[in-house]
Amino acid sequence: MLEGIMIGLEAAFSIQNLLLVVAGCLIGTFIGMLPGLGPMSIIAIMIPVAITLGDPAAALILLAGVYYGAIFGGSTSSILLNAPGIAGTVATSFDGYPMARNGQAGKALTIAAVSSFAGGMIGVVLLMIFAPALSSVALLFHSAEYFALMVVGLSAIAAFAGTGQVTKALMMTLLGLILATVGEGALFNMPRFTLGIMDLQSGISFITLAMAMFALPEAVFLVLNPAGSAGGQDGSRKITGLRFSRAEGRAMVPVIGRQSVQGFFIGVLPGAGATLASFLGYAVERNIAKGDDQAEFGHGSVKGLAAPETANNAACTGSFVPLLTLGIPGSGTTAILLGALIALNVTPGPRLMTDTPEIFWAVIMSMFIGNVVLLILNLPLIPYIAKILSIPRNYLIPFILFFTLMGAYIGQNNATELLMLVGLGVMAIIFRFADYPLAPLLIGFILGRMMEDNFARSMQLYRGPDFILERPMTLGLLALALILVVLPSYRARRARKRAEGVADGD
Amino acid sequence: MKMTMTRRVVMTAAAATLAFSGTAQADDHQVLEELHFIIPGGAGGGWDGTARGTGEALTKSGLVGSASYENMSGGGGGKAIGYMIENAESLDNTLMVNSTPIVIRSLTGVFPQSFRDLTLVAGTIGDYAAIVVPADSDIEGMDGLLAAYADQGPDFAVGGGSVPGGMDHLVAAMVMQAAGEDPTALNYIPYDAGGKAMAGMLSGEIDALSTGFSEAIALAEQGEVRILGVTAEERVPAYDSAPTFMEQGIDTSFVNWRGFFAAPGASDEKVAQYTSALDAMYETDAWEEVRARNGWVNIYNPGADFRSFLEDQEKVIGDLMTELGFL
Repeated sequence: MLEGIMIGLEAAFSIQNLLLVVAGCLIGTFIGMLPGLGPMSIIAIMIPVAITLGDPAAALILLAGVYYGAIFGGSTSSILLNAPGIAGTVATSFDGYPMARNGQAGKALTIAAVSSFAGGMIGVVLLMIFAPALSSVALLFHSAEYFALMVVGLSAIAAFAGTGQVTKALMMTLLGLILATVGEGALFNMPRFTLGIMDLQSGISFITLAMAMFALPEAVFLVLNPAGSAGGQDGSRKITGLRFSRAEGRAMVPVIGRQSVQGFFIGVLPGAGATLASFLGYAVERNIAKGDDQAEFGHGSVKGLAAPETANNAACTGSFVPLLTLGIPGSGTTAILLGALIALNVTPGPRLMTDTPEIFWAVIMSMFIGNVVLLILNLPLIPYIAKILSIPRNYLIPFILFFTLMGAYIGQNNATELLMLVGLGVMAIIFRFADYPLAPLLIGFILGRMMEDNFARSMQLYRGPDFILERPMTLGLLALALILVVLPSYRARRARKRAEGVADGD
Repeated sequence: MKMTMTRRVVMTAAAATLAFSGTAQADDHQVLEELHFIIPGGAGGGWDGTARGTGEALTKSGLVGSASYENMSGGGGGKAIGYMIENAESLDNTLMVNSTPIVIRSLTGVFPQSFRDLTLVAGTIGDYAAIVVPADSDIEGMDGLLAAYADQGPDFAVGGGSVPGGMDHLVAAMVMQAAGEDPTALNYIPYDAGGKAMAGMLSGEIDALSTGFSEAIALAEQGEVRILGVTAEERVPAYDSAPTFMEQGIDTSFVNWRGFFAAPGASDEKVAQYTSALDAMYETDAWEEVRARNGWVNIYNPGADFRSFLEDQEKVIGDLMTELGFL
């Protein structure tokens, strides 16, 4: 391995490759900040450039830099505008946006940058040490386990249980699951629930829904509620404290430790990915937090922000395991990377590490460098980026609306997306007036399709629901989901009882 | 951005250039001054890569002065077809890219129109299909697969990256039918993407996989899968250790093509211009570069040949889908 590291360092530290890492990270970060343009579109744009480089290691270094740069930058719009540009940063807005609204935008961005960095770095170390051994882990899960894992992911909605909105959260989750069934699924030959409208055949796009649920209502509430929302009337609200305190740092360390490992392993599974990793990270951390810490989740909790940000970056690194060691893409983004590699005459697979170790190691080393570069690039920029929120409201609102509309349109070039955005946005505004939480809807929507596909596949393979009992890991995961759902209310009850005990003069 | 990860994405995304609009020097051999491509899907997909790659080769070689591209997603491609028909009169110098699904989707009625409502220009590239098993499987050839299938019945699961009634399912059913089995009895397991289907097979969840040949080659070279048969009529030079179905006594062939269509009512003169530009393109270095970069196979089918090819494919697929109960 040491020899490999040396080869990799030599390749990664050439002037050209260093410049490529920096360029890739910069491009990725800035485009990633724009809602609507995820890593997949950016990489698709960059591929012709990468291919003209001719050298597969250089090309992959550039594209990988763009990839984790985009994930890094993607959290910015979630935190500042409540407009998650990619599915992987939806969970980031749960606590990142409330924190920004409390005037701590700078701190939120710093926490996101630091946790992303830590998640990425720990992920690369795991990738470096365990990559060959992990190829078998990537193949451990069958559809039955993926189904169970999606159920565990859905248990993230238990995070809303404490707010006295259990019924509302459940209703919104169901609505999300229902919306996910629109269009042509993977399992049926015909489109479902499209009302004969051609534009619904491909289903509702995630970006459109996310913009409609989060960003549009936010813009409307900024108009309606001059005092309470981001920015402030005079536009001079101070962005206090770019740094987090020592105590907050201490609180983050165990979260980062757990979530980088958990996120990485979820990323290794070809059927899971960064989005699931971020939801699970959020759910798990909320469940193991205690007392006041737990109550703070959803209202700007440091842990609630660090968890998904660590997990999604670790998962992105993890997704390189099936790509490099098996040649199997687990996501749209890694599928495009695979296409680029094959175009450069590199066939990823079990023989990549023995046939062309310099490519494998150069990529690993460039990931280290890339993460450091991202941190160095991002930290000094944070005060300026955070200032977006001190723009006077009459300029900020059109700005948010512009990015929202652009985000929905740009991916597909389909003007009907704008109509759907506005329609769904009106629905979201009504829900928000009625005080329904919108995040569970999005969780249900993202996980619904994957859950249904994997469930139906398992049913077909086992010709019935026997897989739940026949596969111990499935049963275990489902039990875990149950615990994650029940535990918070059990704890709340016990706490209530204890409080009553105290009142009794105990 | 929602995008299903099909093999078409995997193999061709490499050609996606969002902002490419090349202008080459007007040359003696320039056939068309400008060409506009309608792409029925989003940026980064298979159709997108084909249109932009073809446009790149045409402009770089000077056959076409300049090329522009328009992504028009919606309705799984149906929206773009509708657009071509509604605006036929104003669509000079405009080509729409499409592929095998236009045949399948017209048959199922997902599209209200079919390829007959458009002017056929040419099929330009293609990929064969293949059936693969894990490299450590006991199954060595189609004989072995059929024996295992006879033995295990519905416990023998064959997967693919398309919906039931989609391309991967149809290829698997076509092979089983040609081998004398009942295609409706096959236990086909659908995945939402070729990569996930491949992971499913390597994890042992399914026994065999119906997939694109170029994708299968990549994994066969890495020693992960064994190709039991390819739907070409003769062995493919790019990987000639893979046997065809025909040489194993299973009389079936299939090409997943991609090609171009013009608006209905386009003049013969115009169509001749399009085909002469494409004709000449195959000889250019610019095309060879694009083709090699994407791992495409030249399968050129212009004009009348394209029509008879499509009618033939529609008949084969239509009969099979009727038998499978999808029509």
